[in-house]
Amino acid sequence: MSEAVFVGLPRRLVKLTIDGREFEVAEGSTILDACRRMQIDTPTLCQLDNLTPVNVCRVCVVEVEGSRVLVPACSRKVEAGMKVQTDSDRVRHSRRLVLELLASSVDMSLCSPQVHAWMGRYGATPSRFGDQVATAAQPVKIDNDLYVRDYSRCILCYKCVEACGVDAQNTFAIGVVGRGFDAHISTEFDTPLPDSACVYCGNCIGVCPTGALMFKSEHEMRAAGTWDESRQKVTETVCPYCGVGCMLELHVQDNSIVKVTSPLDHSVTSGHLCVKGRFGFEFVQRREAKR
Amino acid sequence: MFGAGGGTSSYQEAEETDLIILWGSNARETHPIFFHHLLRGVRGGAKLIAVDPRRTSSAEWADIWLGIDVGSDIALANAMAREIIHAGLAHTEFISRATTGYEEFARCVEAYTLERAEAETGVPAAAIKEVALAYARAEKGMICWTLGITEHHNATDNVLALINLGLLTGKVGRYGSGLNPLRGQNNVQGGGDMGAIPARLPGFQDLEDPEIHDKFARAWGGATFPGRKGWHLSEMFEAMDRGDLSSLYIVGENPARSEADQGRAVRLLSGLDHLVVQDIFLTHTAQMAHVVLPAAAGWAESEGTVTNSERRVQRVRRALEPPAGARDDIDIICELARRLGSDWGHPTAEQVWDECRSLSPMHAGMAYRRLEELGGIQWPCPDESHRGTQFLHARLWKHPVEGPRAPFHAVEHDPPVDRLSEEFPIRLTTGRRLDSFNTGVQTNEYTSPLRKGEALLISPEDGQRIGVEDGECVRVSSRRGSVDVNVRIEPTLRPGLAFMTLHFPDQVSTNILTIDATDPKSGTAEFKASAIRIDKIPAQVPAS
Repeated sequence: MSEAVFVGLPRRLVKLTIDGREFEVAEGSTILDACRRMQIDTPTLCQLDNLTPVNVCRVCVVEVEGSRVLVPACSRKVEAGMKVQTDSDRVRHSRRLVLELLASSVDMSLCSPQVHAWMGRYGATPSRFGDQVATAAQPVKIDNDLYVRDYSRCILCYKCVEACGVDAQNTFAIGVVGRGFDAHISTEFDTPLPDSACVYCGNCIGVCPTGALMFKSEHEMRAAGTWDESRQKVTETVCPYCGVGCMLELHVQDNSIVKVTSPLDHSVTSGHLCVKGRFGFEFVQRREAKR
Repeated sequence: MFGAGGGTSSYQEAEETDLIILWGSNARETHPIFFHHLLRGVRGGAKLIAVDPRRTSSAEWADIWLGIDVGSDIALANAMAREIIHAGLAHTEFISRATTGYEEFARCVEAYTLERAEAETGVPAAAIKEVALAYARAEKGMICWTLGITEHHNATDNVLALINLGLLTGKVGRYGSGLNPLRGQNNVQGGGDMGAIPARLPGFQDLEDPEIHDKFARAWGGATFPGRKGWHLSEMFEAMDRGDLSSLYIVGENPARSEADQGRAVRLLSGLDHLVVQDIFLTHTAQMAHVVLPAAAGWAESEGTVTNSERRVQRVRRALEPPAGARDDIDIICELARRLGSDWGHPTAEQVWDECRSLSPMHAGMAYRRLEELGGIQWPCPDESHRGTQFLHARLWKHPVEGPRAPFHAVEHDPPVDRLSEEFPIRLTTGRRLDSFNTGVQTNEYTSPLRKGEALLISPEDGQRIGVEDGECVRVSSRRGSVDVNVRIEPTLRPGLAFMTLHFPDQVSTNILTIDATDPKSGTAEFKASAIRIDKIPAQVPAS
């Protein structure tokens, strides 16, 4: 048995200028990739490393010399000689407005601390539109024992649709329906999940940036005031079920598993799991007599 | 295969291959995250072929579905081989340089004409030919299989028939081409790698090779241990039957529910002089035991490693405190050794692993630190500068070929032992569903919205013929026993084929029906092929 590793085809380097600094990245990289390599913090909401960019949130926009409109850094590929501004007035204004419009209509309180930091950095003040604005407020959808959908928190980033669709699960249980402000995520004919094509892999939860999609256990603990991330420890291990060997991140609070995720950069899972891996952990914490 | 019991390819290759044959595998439900990799391949233009008696949710994604009759896989594989040879698509250079036994193999498959194969398999001749030529012509091609191949009385021959196809077309040992059993549990591969099979020591080293035996004996302080291979599971049950095996120590297995011909299995386990069961649950088997050793859960309450279907060794870690009284497997085994008069101390999982690395060359480079850094390592990994092996058998393409050549094995079609007859006219095959796992001990503890409980799935045609409707209770009988179960009409099944799972043994003991005809080489029972009769009964089974 001899060693054989396929390393992929070599890629040329492309030189571009970002915020006045020259930099080289591999061809095929996005402006966002280049910004990250240069440690330029760039806000993103609909982008995730394991999903195809859909360019819907527009919060990562940058100014490219010669381009009439701002371009999304998450999907625009670098080109030789490109000159990019990531912090011009136009960029800052646009990013601020995107964050303000979203936060004025959607409950973004459960977004990561990073998102709140971006709001601070760009001076986003959602309240400036007054309190008569239309919002996405609606009751939480609870129609199964595994996860809940709180669309008053949904910013329509499409990540759940992507993860349910071609980027991972290929189940197509959900899509975006409606136009303009009425656009929303829905199952086919808006049926409850148990009547839909959903297979409860929870890969939509894994990619949701706002807490709109949540383990039912987390939803209940939050409602009871017992959810406390500062007391949670995350341990990486391997799923106990089939032989694929998916890496799990067990989120444990008070010696109980309260949530299961998988690292986005793991070669086996790319962050995605199946229903057994994501939800099938209960047995380990219920050890009365069994079969 | 060819001396190393593991899948040859990495998952990444499924994304970049040109053609995948999923043979006796419903990976969409049983290996869902591998299927993600496979779907990336399909999205990228790879052709998918599903060989399965059932039109499964995996087959729905296939370009071609071969709805094969249960247990006729060798007839199909041999006929494919014959077509490939006759079309002049055999990889003659690879065959002459890197293989042995081709002449005998070619003579054997010559008898498998398309007409004969169509009669044996139920697959139209034209479809067999199309798939054979597509596989042979693909630049890169993979065959992946699971229990549809191995849960047969001739499991090993089934696997050999698939390996023959890979050798015939040179589709092994190259990036994107390979032969891959998808493992059913998170450490099936690792268990075999560690020597939990009758003839091997860790690293697939031959127990009966005196040099290997001496190496281990020296490392273990001159310890004596048998130099002859032991029994596999089915042989153990045979030995219990003969009275040659009277004491049993079972670790993490529930044979009282998982064995075929359950009545016999329970009777033999009950007849033991001494039964010790080490498990995380008081399973049905544990309830029969004289001594129960409560264990910590391997994946969430212990430190260690497991090995997946692409030979990747990965760390499992302790995230939870085990329940009071439950102890780590290493702790239990060492304590047992101490009471038997051998002090093995109190090693950590890492110390045990390091000892394994010192004795098993294919694991030698896999220090815990490196497993962490590299996100797991694929064996073989002979030293600490080696990054692991993405695919096996590249040696077969070296000039000259390194190591032993890969042998063809001429294998003949041999239908399932449990023959269909006028009395038992329906073929029952068993399998698994997306949200459940084996005998349900683990998965029945979470509430799955997909779960509908056990049912006998039959085709609409059979439903009509027997005169039963969806939800109606029937009595299902095989030559070994009967169970009562509700019918579910399943349009994806062909007439004459029925399906049940093993997930709900408390509701319906499917294994009362199955046959324990086992493969003499692997010890696997023919769970996939029972002959049954379906009779209407008026009473209702209690709701699940």
